[in-house]
Amino acid sequence: MTMQQIYLAIPLLPLLAAIVVGLFGKQLPRASAHIITILGVGAAFVLSVFVLNDAMSGHVFNEAVYTWLKSGNITLEIGFLIDRLSAMMMVVVTFVSLMVHIYTIGYMHEDKGYARFFSYISLFTFAMLMLVMSNNFMQLFFGWEAVGLVSYLLIGFWFTRPTAIYANLKAFLVNRVGDFGFLLGIGLVLFHFGSLDYAAVFSVAPQMADAQISLIGNSSWSLMTVTCILLFIGAMGKSAQVPLHVWLPDSMEGPTPISALIHAATMVTAGIFMVARMSPLFELSSTALSFVMIIGSITALFMGFLGVIQNDIKRVVAYSTLSQLGYMTVALGASAYSVAIFHLMTHAFFKALLFLGAGSVIMGMHHDQDIRNMGNLKKYMPVTWITSLIGSLALIGTPFLSGFYSKDSIIEAAKFSTISGSGFAYFAVLASVFVTAFYSFRMYFLVFHGSEKWRVVKHDAHHGDDHAHHHGLSPTDDPHEPGWVIKLPLILLAVPSLIIGYFAVEPMLFGEFFKGVIFVDAASHPAMHELTHHWHTIFHSSVGMALHGFMSLPFVLAASGVILAWFFYIKRPDIPAKIQLKFSFIYYILENKYGFDSFNDRVFAAGSRFIGNKLWQIGDVKIIDGGMVNGTANLIGKLSGVMRKLQTGLIYHYAFAMIIGVFLMLTFFTKV
Amino acid sequence: MVEYFTQHILSFSIWIPVLAGVIVLLTANDNKPCTTRWLALAGSIVSFLVTVPLYTHFNFADGGFQFQEGFRWIASFNINYHLGADGIAVPLILLTSFTTVIVVIAAWEVIEKRVAQYMACFLIMSGLMIGVFSALDAILYYVFWEAMLIPMFLVIGIWGGPNRVYATVKFFLYTLLGSLLMLVAFIFLFHSTGSFEIIDYYNLPMPLNVQVLIFLAFFAAFAVKIPMWPVHTWLPDAHVEAPTGGSVVLAAIALKLGGYSFLRFAMPIAPDAAHYLSGYMIALSLIAIVYIALVALVQKDMKKLIAYSSISHMGFVTLGFFLFNNLGLDGAIVQMVSHGFISAAMFLAVGVLYDRVHSRQIESYGGVANTMPTFAAFAVFFAMANSGLPGTSGFVGEFMVILGAIQANFWYAFLASFTLIFGAAYTLWMVKRVFYGEVANEHVAALKDLSKREFLIMAILATLVLALGIYPQPLTDMTNATVTQLLTHLAQSKLPAGL
Repeated sequence: MTMQQIYLAIPLLPLLAAIVVGLFGKQLPRASAHIITILGVGAAFVLSVFVLNDAMSGHVFNEAVYTWLKSGNITLEIGFLIDRLSAMMMVVVTFVSLMVHIYTIGYMHEDKGYARFFSYISLFTFAMLMLVMSNNFMQLFFGWEAVGLVSYLLIGFWFTRPTAIYANLKAFLVNRVGDFGFLLGIGLVLFHFGSLDYAAVFSVAPQMADAQISLIGNSSWSLMTVTCILLFIGAMGKSAQVPLHVWLPDSMEGPTPISALIHAATMVTAGIFMVARMSPLFELSSTALSFVMIIGSITALFMGFLGVIQNDIKRVVAYSTLSQLGYMTVALGASAYSVAIFHLMTHAFFKALLFLGAGSVIMGMHHDQDIRNMGNLKKYMPVTWITSLIGSLALIGTPFLSGFYSKDSIIEAAKFSTISGSGFAYFAVLASVFVTAFYSFRMYFLVFHGSEKWRVVKHDAHHGDDHAHHHGLSPTDDPHEPGWVIKLPLILLAVPSLIIGYFAVEPMLFGEFFKGVIFVDAASHPAMHELTHHWHTIFHSSVGMALHGFMSLPFVLAASGVILAWFFYIKRPDIPAKIQLKFSFIYYILENKYGFDSFNDRVFAAGSRFIGNKLWQIGDVKIIDGGMVNGTANLIGKLSGVMRKLQTGLIYHYAFAMIIGVFLMLTFFTKV
Repeated sequence: MVEYFTQHILSFSIWIPVLAGVIVLLTANDNKPCTTRWLALAGSIVSFLVTVPLYTHFNFADGGFQFQEGFRWIASFNINYHLGADGIAVPLILLTSFTTVIVVIAAWEVIEKRVAQYMACFLIMSGLMIGVFSALDAILYYVFWEAMLIPMFLVIGIWGGPNRVYATVKFFLYTLLGSLLMLVAFIFLFHSTGSFEIIDYYNLPMPLNVQVLIFLAFFAAFAVKIPMWPVHTWLPDAHVEAPTGGSVVLAAIALKLGGYSFLRFAMPIAPDAAHYLSGYMIALSLIAIVYIALVALVQKDMKKLIAYSSISHMGFVTLGFFLFNNLGLDGAIVQMVSHGFISAAMFLAVGVLYDRVHSRQIESYGGVANTMPTFAAFAVFFAMANSGLPGTSGFVGEFMVILGAIQANFWYAFLASFTLIFGAAYTLWMVKRVFYGEVANEHVAALKDLSKREFLIMAILATLVLALGIYPQPLTDMTNATVTQLLTHLAQSKLPAGL
């Protein structure tokens, strides 16, 4: 196989598997659904590793596959850009997808939509690969919306549940709000740069750094700022940044495997990937970067707070994902694109692990998702326990674990950044360290330690994934750890969660890995330069960085978060309720998620329907139909009524009219 | 024989379906509707195959009229039977002959009374509409334009719903008023040139005020047909009352007659007026896109919702026309073809439900996906196409027009892009209420999934929607030369020298 064929095969194999299973899933034996899709995604993973290996040697591929359309002098093509950034993303996507495919065999084995589910996740893999492998904005947008489609289908997978079909519509529409900006950004790129091809756009970009456009009246705006902010609005939708974050917590209505794959590891990081890919554009506008950074830090901090009060195990992880996406966005704002991508990668592993671990817990608890009903699961589910602990430790940034290297670098990057908003960003990411540690270990202690609460509590009707006929463990039952198809992915994800940071930090952040891929204007945005300087003068190695980590402020914050969680939920479980009573106002705000949802429902959703109704009833029915159309008909009716009166049927009336007529005609014609 | 055929492809394309329709009528036997159906199907397929050479023999580099043929018709008025098709007409002719096959299959068991008349109406209408797309003589065009209305009135008036008379009369009056003004314009142009050849009108210099009047006369006819806001209110009524086949032809083709005619008459004959009035045209288009989308959001009747959605999508067509750039015009044509597939599929989908439950109200349904999983899969697919999802044809035209709009004015693109949100909102909200959820009532519980015939139609349309979305180049290749030539023509002022 030539490299070109390999590049083609990587997205097309999962697509083929999705089509076969999707169309013929009902006719084929049940097991064929997972066999076919795992073969497809597995092959894509192996080939992706091969491609990454090839890309490591410096090989860059950038070619069109076919011409999509031509219009005038504009040509839009489908094509691939395979460099280290896309190759790394391909490996991450296919690996997590493969793990999720295997895990799904166990998680969905009773579901009647078994084949449909496998078809969807393979289709998702195809779409995500098209997104990361694209060499142009058009195909990027295709992948971008296609992953949104699969996300829609999967959130609403259990389409009889009102909450699920509310959540998937909401997710799609909120993402469309982001895409609204994204599409306009793409439009400006084509208009001003004359192409949608990355390479062509990036090569023209520096000349356009000072270009101005007028939007409102004659006021002039920086083209780069407007374009970058519009593109970033797209990222805000997909990567769930405030205020377009509202869909992500609700997306937990989907089955847990896709929460891991789509709503934690891959799709939601598409926005981060996109901005990193566009670094040659974003570097030209410090204003846009400030915007990015402020949005990111708000998301990192305020979404973290919400994680603290959640009782649904998946929602805790979901808010943690929001907060971590905020971290990545802060890194983008600080021009530390490689750090953002690095955190994207480590986060993909440990967050997928945490979600799949949560799924394992949910299965063990017979589809009860309320962490207040759990406890002491370490005794019954040792593999889930250990792997979830690894995931949590990686998430809070424990030195030597993967999350430490990426998260600490983001905090440092925020510290060194000089653009406006960086002060707030530094505070936000620091404070979030404490919050993250607290809610992560609140969940960890409630689930795996303490007393076995399902034995005493009659849990309320908060049920989760499928099987509405039985949810929750009866007080006499013991939870059981699911089989190897569940455990294997947990273990395989725990390994990179432990070690990938240690090995990857030096080449990815301070080495040549992203050379020629990510562009940083070190003169105006020095954070990355400072970080590198730090590494070479102080840390020297991964070990050095980790050892320094033990003495740093983030470590102290994380440790105190863990200790506080332990104190509240193991040592003195009576305290949280008292605090909740005392600060009921704050609790009320958090409980209502700062009011975003009710605001959107009341203003945007209800507002659109109200305006639509008025336009219809008043505009169409009353004015156009009532006034103009039927009005014309009435007018004609009235006129003909007048005319009718002339037709009296009396001969002398007609004779009189004729005489007048003849008289007038004679006058007229003789004069001429 | 073959040579004779290739020289008269357009005549065959027009008259074979008409002839087929007449044969169906003459051989009608109410006791044997099956024979009639097969005969109609054979007629429609032959009619479609006859149009295929228009694509295979098309010269992609030529932006002018191809497949020309003609003879003198009425010598005293210099009226000719003159046919020809360019890169804008050919895709629409193919769309017409293809849609007729779909309509015949869709009517198979659904239409039980007066089968022959029903089938004949559509076959004849198909021929007449192809006549509209290929006439190069103004009077010939006008005859086809008016003649195609007759079978449409019959379809709505005979096989239509309870309120069909009101809808038909409204449709008739709206259309007639516009058509008469168009006829006046033709007579004026005949007086100026002594000819009814459309091509002669293209080169006729006229002062701006005359051009504006000519343009407005055409506008009256075409804006109603497309329909543009605010002369759109006949469409939802007509759709609601029309039988499924009527809705399909109305949405897929009849609306395009208006769009096509803007490009054939109003714009090239009065280019200075088109430029002069483009601001108003764009404003009306944007109102259609945003206002109508909001109205679609609150519809309770599925057919009305799709009808409003059609108007909103046709807003992109007229917006693309008046941007005067390649992306806009090409995009508008792609949008017309794509809308032909998607709206046809959407109306057929409503037909599938209506045939079973006899209600078009959204609230009569809920949880249809439980009992009709295959149908639900198609419905979600077409809903996504209607929302402009990349990879489907619905995306291509809107994407191109938005990209074209931003070159004219950022705010045009800004307003047009609202379709991303509202288009998805009204379509997917309907999908949610109709297909998702628990089984809502015993009607839904008793539903049977698609029959083989229904599956076939849905699958064909889905394939086309996907194919055009993944690989639109064959279509844009076809339009490219014609559009470029048209834009060059539009850029040249036709004001008489010295003015």
